[in-house]
Amino acid sequence: MSDIIDAVELLPSATARFAWLRQIGRSKVAVIGCTIVGFWILVAIAAPWIAPFPPNQSIRPMASPGSLDPGGAVFWFGTDNLGRDILSRVIWGTRTVLVYAPLATAMSFLVGMTCGLAAGYRRGWLDELLSRISDLVLAFPALVLYIIIVSKFGASGLNIVLAVTLASSPAIMRLTRGLTLALRNRAFVAAAQLRGEPAWRIMFVEILPNAAGPLIVDACLRLGYVVVTIGTLGFLGLGLPPPNPDWGSMVNETRQFALVFPHMVLFPCIAVSSLVLGLNLLADGLRELVTQE
Amino acid sequence: MTPTPAPLLEMTDVSIAYRTRAGLAPAVSGVSLTIQEGEVVGLVGESGCGKSTLAMASLGYLGRNGQLTSGSIRFAGQDIASLTREELRRLRGPGIGIVYQEAMAALNPSLRIGTQLAETVIVHRGLSFREAQEAARATLAEIELPDPARIMAAYPHQLSGGQLQRVVIAMALLAQPRLLLLDEPTTALDVTIEAGIIDLLTKLRRTHNTSMLFISHNLGLVGQLCERAAVMYAGEIVETGVVRSMFSHPRHPYTAGLMRCIPRPDLPRSLQRLTPIRGQVPTPHEHPIGCSFAPRCDHVRPGICDHTAIPLVSDAMASVRCARASEITSQPFQDRVESLAQEGNGTLVTVDGLDKVYPLRGQQRGHAVRANQDLTFEAARGRTLAIVGESGSGKSTFANILMGLTKATDGRLLFEAIDLAQLPVERRPAALLRQLQMVFQNPDETLNPSYSVGAQLGRAVRTLGVTQGRAGVQARVRSLLSLTRLPASYANRRPSQLSGGQKQRVGIARAFAGAPKLVVADEPVSALDVSVQAAITELMLDMQRTQQTTLIVISHDLGFVRYIADHVVVIYLGMVMEAGEAECIFEPPYHPYTEALLSAAPTIGSQRRQQRIVLTGELPSALSPPSGCPFHTRCPRKLGVICETERPPEHQSEGGHRIACHIPMVDLGRMQNDAMRLSRP
Repeated sequence: MSDIIDAVELLPSATARFAWLRQIGRSKVAVIGCTIVGFWILVAIAAPWIAPFPPNQSIRPMASPGSLDPGGAVFWFGTDNLGRDILSRVIWGTRTVLVYAPLATAMSFLVGMTCGLAAGYRRGWLDELLSRISDLVLAFPALVLYIIIVSKFGASGLNIVLAVTLASSPAIMRLTRGLTLALRNRAFVAAAQLRGEPAWRIMFVEILPNAAGPLIVDACLRLGYVVVTIGTLGFLGLGLPPPNPDWGSMVNETRQFALVFPHMVLFPCIAVSSLVLGLNLLADGLRELVTQE
Repeated sequence: MTPTPAPLLEMTDVSIAYRTRAGLAPAVSGVSLTIQEGEVVGLVGESGCGKSTLAMASLGYLGRNGQLTSGSIRFAGQDIASLTREELRRLRGPGIGIVYQEAMAALNPSLRIGTQLAETVIVHRGLSFREAQEAARATLAEIELPDPARIMAAYPHQLSGGQLQRVVIAMALLAQPRLLLLDEPTTALDVTIEAGIIDLLTKLRRTHNTSMLFISHNLGLVGQLCERAAVMYAGEIVETGVVRSMFSHPRHPYTAGLMRCIPRPDLPRSLQRLTPIRGQVPTPHEHPIGCSFAPRCDHVRPGICDHTAIPLVSDAMASVRCARASEITSQPFQDRVESLAQEGNGTLVTVDGLDKVYPLRGQQRGHAVRANQDLTFEAARGRTLAIVGESGSGKSTFANILMGLTKATDGRLLFEAIDLAQLPVERRPAALLRQLQMVFQNPDETLNPSYSVGAQLGRAVRTLGVTQGRAGVQARVRSLLSLTRLPASYANRRPSQLSGGQKQRVGIARAFAGAPKLVVADEPVSALDVSVQAAITELMLDMQRTQQTTLIVISHDLGFVRYIADHVVVIYLGMVMEAGEAECIFEPPYHPYTEALLSAAPTIGSQRRQQRIVLTGELPSALSPPSGCPFHTRCPRKLGVICETERPPEHQSEGGHRIACHIPMVDLGRMQNDAMRLSRP
């Protein structure tokens, strides 16, 4: 009950805390990044209305970009080997990426931040244990890890999220642990201990908000990596089961034809690159604002 | 009459501004200052008054966004502004050397001291590496660093703060500068180490005839080292003159105000009263018309002070920038008026044989640091106990045990009837937590930057269980803010919008949120400007008076301790050297260590009460503390072998005054009174 009151009382300052986020317009890099990412988010939302064809319908195989379908509509990006419209598949594929990448990133941060806070604040055996486990996971080649998990438990959205969480939470844990170590000896943490605050509250309410800047920057970068990872998994045939449109599997399914019909792989690749570029620019811009603060 | 020689450094009507987003921000305006060959000039003022900017300008170094907007700076006849980059490079070092406050930051952590010192010589004097090493060794010996060969081979992190500061001074001297800029060179050091550095500077000045510009906020040090001083306020010089007469008869209200902010270790507390200067130094964009000090001045008269710019008026003795300088007489000190007599009733905290040992890990396994050894003393209810000692003496370890942030190894620490020695904070019941609160040293770390002042105070009020319910909590937060003399609207501010002193006020408000019985303050004012220190000191005494709280204050500043404390415990290497009523501690007989601390403490009073005792060497490592009396390695009154082999007995007089020394109290008192008489003119 008292925590609800807290949350309400903390609101005005909680918005002030992220004042630097509102200054995002001051960084040109961040604005460009935001625009690119925002564009893809709009595409994902509007997919049913802007896609000219159903994504899985076979219409006319091997059409080049700009050619016409029997009804007179244009295949702007051409079609693939099975005659599906590439533009429509790229548009629908945005949904796959923009659902699973943020979900996986959020899961990774939930696990990584919690472990990092606990390790950095509690120290002692818990820190040793969590740090050794994370070393173990980090020492394993990530790709092999993905292949093992997804081939063992099958290709599904949930398994992708789990695999990404397992592989990327150790790095987030390390980052959070380092930030926590720098903050735990501040006097305001001692003051909270002297008030008898419980450990979870000190970790999540006193320490975490002060580590938010670097973590948000890392989240943007990591979201980019996860987009690439999901693409890679799709390319390796470990993504969503076909025929779901997904940028990685689109490249995989058409790679034999790439020499003759480069458009089949080109457009999904551009889509992945531009989204990752946008996220990286956003992260760079945010980093600038955070360090200025 | 001999003509005065041309000054070494001559600043004429210098104005400096920084380009900022909001336009040009003036940092220094219309400053004229000269330094003659061989002269030491002090530059005094609160932070943000433009002292460092002025010093950097004389090196021709104002950064990317600084610029000289008017006036000229001439060094040995050359106009600094007209020099090329290469000429400036040759000026820095052999012409003007500089010593900064942070010695650690001034040295490269990955190069040996010897290499770094030699570089200076090779660059500026063109010697070979071997000759340079030789020169470096000679200079290290000159600045009284023992074992120069070891220092030369060491990396910066292997040396103590005092040694590093000497190395940095040596580095500046190796270029054989004609003028040495000293920017707060001792601020981060302990008093005893500081006294050594000041003595060294005095000696260097005699032997090398180097001119110095000594920047400090510590008026006592300026008084010891300089003949002339300039007081800066908001980018202007408000008073210059001979230090001695300036300190006995300050002409500008700001100078007098600064002096009234400094508690003196040589006066009993009944004879002094701190009067903080209200308000803050104005930012460059909000300079008032007329006198810039007017908003904070007690002598301000509308129509005279807020009308036109006030000129700097000179007479035979001094120059003063005050329109009413001839009408007002500013008293440097004010007598304390209110009575301090407070009846203590009984003991609140009893420390009995408290030990804290930190076992070491890694390479030094098997060794241990004894941070507290057999501490025994008491804190009386409703009074103030000060724990005094150099850094590394175990003061903060004791505070941490008391607050439950670490556990004692042995001994008892009774708070009323509860033994806290082994009771960590997580296991303390809420009722106990409420009674023990703490005020921290660093104002920038004391508050959580993420939450508003009101949210943080509200949380303290709620968890410490004083009142419940939204209205009750808000009322209590408002009353805490007004008790600490902060406007109620500050509840909505974030810590980054507060000044250091204001943050410290919020920290004090938070500590007193639950009406505690005991508040521990760990160096509560040492990170603040002098004028703010006075205000915070008065605030703490006020809070104590109104709330009947017991205070345990940890400090190395003897002036502050004498002003605030009823009882004093002097600790050296984790052991109690002397304990008793404050008035006993500051009069003979005292422990030789206390004697040295007192003699090292800079005072602005002109009469030195006794010979200066400068302790040789550093605080020994707590890892291998000296046998016998821990102080024997530095003690100027060492008797002989007995001090090295046997733990000193504790002599006790009838007032409860205890001294742990082989010399009996009566003899100590006689020796010290003699020393004092000898040094009186």
